[in-house]
Amino acid sequence: MAVITYRQAIKDALAEEITRDENVFVMGEEVAQYNGAYKVTEGLWTRFGDKRLVDAPISEAGFIGLAIGSAMMGLRPVVEMMFFSFVYVAWDQAVNNASSVRYMSGGQINVPLVIRGPANGGTNVGATHSHTPENLVANFPGLKVVCPATPADAKGLMKSAIRDNDPVFVMESTVLYGEEGEVPDDEDFIIPLGKADVKRKGKDLSIIAHGRSVLMALQAAEELKEKHNIDAEVVDLRSIRPLDEETIIESVKKTGRALLVEENKPYSGVGAQISHLIQRRCFDYLDAPVHRLSAVDAPAFYSPPVEKVQLPEAPLIIRETLDMLNVKR
Amino acid sequence: MAEIIEMPKLSDTMTTGTLVNWLKQEGDSVSAGDMICEVETDKATMEVECFEDGVILKLYAQEGDSVAIGQPICAVGEKGEEAPAVESGGDSVSSGDDKAAQETESKAQPAQDEASSQEPKQAPKPAEAETKAEDAQKAEEQDVEDEEKAADTTEGPDIRVSPLARKLAKEKGLDLTLIKGTGPAGRIVRDDVLKAEKEGTAKPQPKQAPAAASAPAAPFIEEKTFKVTNMRGAIARALVGSKAQSPHFYLQIEVDGKPITDLRAALNHKLTNLPPEQGGVKFTVNDLILKAATEAVRRVPAINREWKGDTIIQHGGVQLAFGVAIDDGLLTPVIRDAHAKSLRQIAHEAKELIGKARNKKLKPDEMSGSTLTVTNLGMFGISDFYGIINPPNAAILSVGATVKTPIVDENDNITIGYRMKVGLSGDHRVIDGAVGAQYLSALKDVLETPSVMLV
Amino acid sequence: MSTETQDQAAQAKNDLFAHAKAPVNQQLTAEQKIKLYTDMVRIRKFEQAALQSYQKGKMGGFLHLYIGQEATAVGTISLMDDNDHIITAYRDHGHALAVGMTMNECMAELFGKFTGCSKGKGGSMHFFAPDKRYWGGHGIVGGQTPLGLGIAFALKYKGLKGCCLTYLGDGAINQGPFHESLNLASLWDIPVVYIIENNRYSMGTSQTRSSAHPEEGLAARAEAYNMEWDKVDGSNLYEIRAKTAVAMERARNESRPMLLEIDTYRYYGHSIADANHKKYRTKEEIEDYQNNKDPISVFQQILIQEGVLDEEQVKEIDSTAKEEAKASIEFADNSPFPPAQELLTDVYWATDNPGQHNNQGRMFFNDRLPWDDEYQA
Repeated sequence: MAVITYRQAIKDALAEEITRDENVFVMGEEVAQYNGAYKVTEGLWTRFGDKRLVDAPISEAGFIGLAIGSAMMGLRPVVEMMFFSFVYVAWDQAVNNASSVRYMSGGQINVPLVIRGPANGGTNVGATHSHTPENLVANFPGLKVVCPATPADAKGLMKSAIRDNDPVFVMESTVLYGEEGEVPDDEDFIIPLGKADVKRKGKDLSIIAHGRSVLMALQAAEELKEKHNIDAEVVDLRSIRPLDEETIIESVKKTGRALLVEENKPYSGVGAQISHLIQRRCFDYLDAPVHRLSAVDAPAFYSPPVEKVQLPEAPLIIRETLDMLNVKR
Repeated sequence: MAEIIEMPKLSDTMTTGTLVNWLKQEGDSVSAGDMICEVETDKATMEVECFEDGVILKLYAQEGDSVAIGQPICAVGEKGEEAPAVESGGDSVSSGDDKAAQETESKAQPAQDEASSQEPKQAPKPAEAETKAEDAQKAEEQDVEDEEKAADTTEGPDIRVSPLARKLAKEKGLDLTLIKGTGPAGRIVRDDVLKAEKEGTAKPQPKQAPAAASAPAAPFIEEKTFKVTNMRGAIARALVGSKAQSPHFYLQIEVDGKPITDLRAALNHKLTNLPPEQGGVKFTVNDLILKAATEAVRRVPAINREWKGDTIIQHGGVQLAFGVAIDDGLLTPVIRDAHAKSLRQIAHEAKELIGKARNKKLKPDEMSGSTLTVTNLGMFGISDFYGIINPPNAAILSVGATVKTPIVDENDNITIGYRMKVGLSGDHRVIDGAVGAQYLSALKDVLETPSVMLV
Repeated sequence: MSTETQDQAAQAKNDLFAHAKAPVNQQLTAEQKIKLYTDMVRIRKFEQAALQSYQKGKMGGFLHLYIGQEATAVGTISLMDDNDHIITAYRDHGHALAVGMTMNECMAELFGKFTGCSKGKGGSMHFFAPDKRYWGGHGIVGGQTPLGLGIAFALKYKGLKGCCLTYLGDGAINQGPFHESLNLASLWDIPVVYIIENNRYSMGTSQTRSSAHPEEGLAARAEAYNMEWDKVDGSNLYEIRAKTAVAMERARNESRPMLLEIDTYRYYGHSIADANHKKYRTKEEIEDYQNNKDPISVFQQILIQEGVLDEEQVKEIDSTAKEEAKASIEFADNSPFPPAQELLTDVYWATDNPGQHNNQGRMFFNDRLPWDDEYQA
């Protein structure tokens, strides 16, 4: 098992799947000759050439639509969004066409499409470039969406997404690209869509998170143990839709408390769905109301120190946990 | 313009009322605020107030009639005015809605209405009857629901309690009102319920059987309702919990009270009049018993145990609680490390604690952490009784009065005996009868040879 | 007959037959010509039957009728080879029948029946037949234009010699994705043929009110993307075939896209819900098309003049098509509605193909479905 970065893990996944299946190609802005705006596709154009690495003009509606059309014909396009925030200019293509073609054709057409790219705030790029639309995408039946937090998950989920016959949105994070972690070398290492991962076992409360918030939760859990002897369980959703409800339920039934953490905005955020699930399925097991930590409910703030406050980081998770457990902070 | 007075809705569940008694008759003058009749509802017989000034023009309902809400019962107007004609309200049980419907109908079709009013009264329409049946069923269901709610002791309007804690309390039959919440804002959480279960502090109190119906006699003492004070509440919780959680067993032993009475007399004779700095002190019988109870633990340590669920702890020292009756309750202050204290120290501390107890100056830590408790009702002339175990003790001693009794001595002569009965209530989870018996036997030995306490 | 009228008649005849000599038309057999004519008649009879059924309350939603435009679908689609594909917008019944979908499956889809081409899930705007290389049937104006590009991209990617005919209305030409598609098609040499079916109104808005360059025509916008374009008379099937064939050959052989603008006319409103379609255009305008430029009448005239068709056959084709449409109503009427459980099929390939994928977890999120009678506390 090698220790590699999140960026490298995605690159490896792309390279392996391009090699494995002649129908896989990567398309997006600056993915080929430029080597990727965030270097995720660095070296792939040299290795695989123009056919498999396609530089597209800034024309998201055009090339996402193109990708959908080609997927209907059996290709397996992997479209890179330089920022996921750019998907909105192609919203009709991305969510209306990609999600509905199979349904409206009575199941005659598949759309084996991947749209991937960073969907995160916290990098001081202002409101237009800091969106986390996993909750929006998950609202469209027909679409799937995953948010890997670690290099291994990034690779395993990316490979699953590319092999999947339905449209899958893979939401990455520029903040995580440099994070290192152990990743299996096995070319057939995949992580099923819809399988959560208990990243840390605990008994006192369940911190349920996805994306970068998982790392924040783990950090908070360490300190909670060290300073307060509180054993937090950290559940990484990994996949938003499909959703591994059983792992969530099992954890909350065990701990009786759930704290939901995400960088999504609160209104109809992913946590809203999880919260509903917990009250519906774990009502008799709850020893405290479900608490949520989300980004502060405003467009992303530019000023670096203020944006840092806008996103839920470890100290906030610790504060919330201590209050939930009525432990003096 | 004549006003029609209708059967009012006098209770939340009332649908019809029986006109029991007219207080005014046709032609009587009435003013707003006068009571015009009495109506029996499903709940009570109540007076109906008139909101008009004038004269009773006509009574539409007769005494004994059952009248639906909204149906006319009388008309009030100016003297000489003609009372409006209405359909007889008596024995009409149609609903208010129907009346509205009838009104609409009658406005729309006055001629037809007149015609139909001459026809014999119609039976209720099927739909109407069905609605009534449904209503009745609903009311019945509501009653059942209410009863179920009442039976559920875990329901509490003002208690913050997590769903999990509520469910656990229900499963374990614990009364949430008796559990203290430690969660945010005092919410009762899982751990609180588990703790209450372990400590047996939240068993619901049995419902009182309803008193046999009989004509109430005039009270001979003042009837009062007292708010349960915090202390009363605490006593209630602790003792209900104890009785419910600890299976009590009871033993009694009769002790010769003479030696201890003699010893006390001898000590007090020498020490009472000395100033404190020279060792002056006055011992009570209770002081000697407290010391004796402690000494006896040395011989039967098993009495000094505590139930912990999975484990049983035998405490290494005696933290001796004793009961102090105060005006509105009972307190059990604790003499710390009684096993390490002389009779004099015990007497001194006991006196101090009693004083504090009566002045309500005891601190919580002076009333907690006991391993054994002694109660004494001898001063009230009670010869024998059994206390309720003071959690988390394994036993409580109950000391009665020393009573002069004819006894047969070792020489078979009838003589005057000074007999004292000491009872023991034991927690059968922790100790068995034999341990209790051994302890009582040891205590008897100490009390009958009290000088051993002094060494 | 005066000299003048003789000249006029000769001119008209020349116009009618101006493209008859084009290779794709010249090689047509009489049977093939009758088939083209019949296809147009079938579309019209089908839609007339659909309209009647709509008015009887047999279906919901919209109904965008193609009547008046039949030659476009029939003419262009008749040129398709094995590797040619089509995709269109919501006025899609004509294309569906032209690619060979049956009246039964189309009518049943309109009726919302389980026997419909999309099992009753798509409706009027969303007919699909990928087995006939017909990729829908798309509801959002201009939304299908990048999809057609992608289909053609896939052909090129796979090294197949074919093209994708991508239809759009005149209202779609102002949509961004269409322009992005034109740019990409030309930039990347993608074998796509964009066909604007210009029926002159985007719903109630005429071109003079929606296009900055109405006098230039719509196809001229291709200039901006370095793309070939042409204008076509949509009333003449020979002309449609002749000019579309040029575009398709260029796409197949040179992998170059082309933009065609076919002038046509719809006799009914934008959809059945277009209450004002006789207000934003004059009665005379509608009648002029019906009397002088109706594509079925025009081609009938051509075939009669060519001696391929006679009055007798015309009547027979008419009544046969009418019977077929009538039978399709009967078929649709007698077909069952989809069971409610069908709501949750065809959403994900994964849920429809258990055991063939690695997906886990929950896919659908209703606490309780309408057909679940059992209450979970």
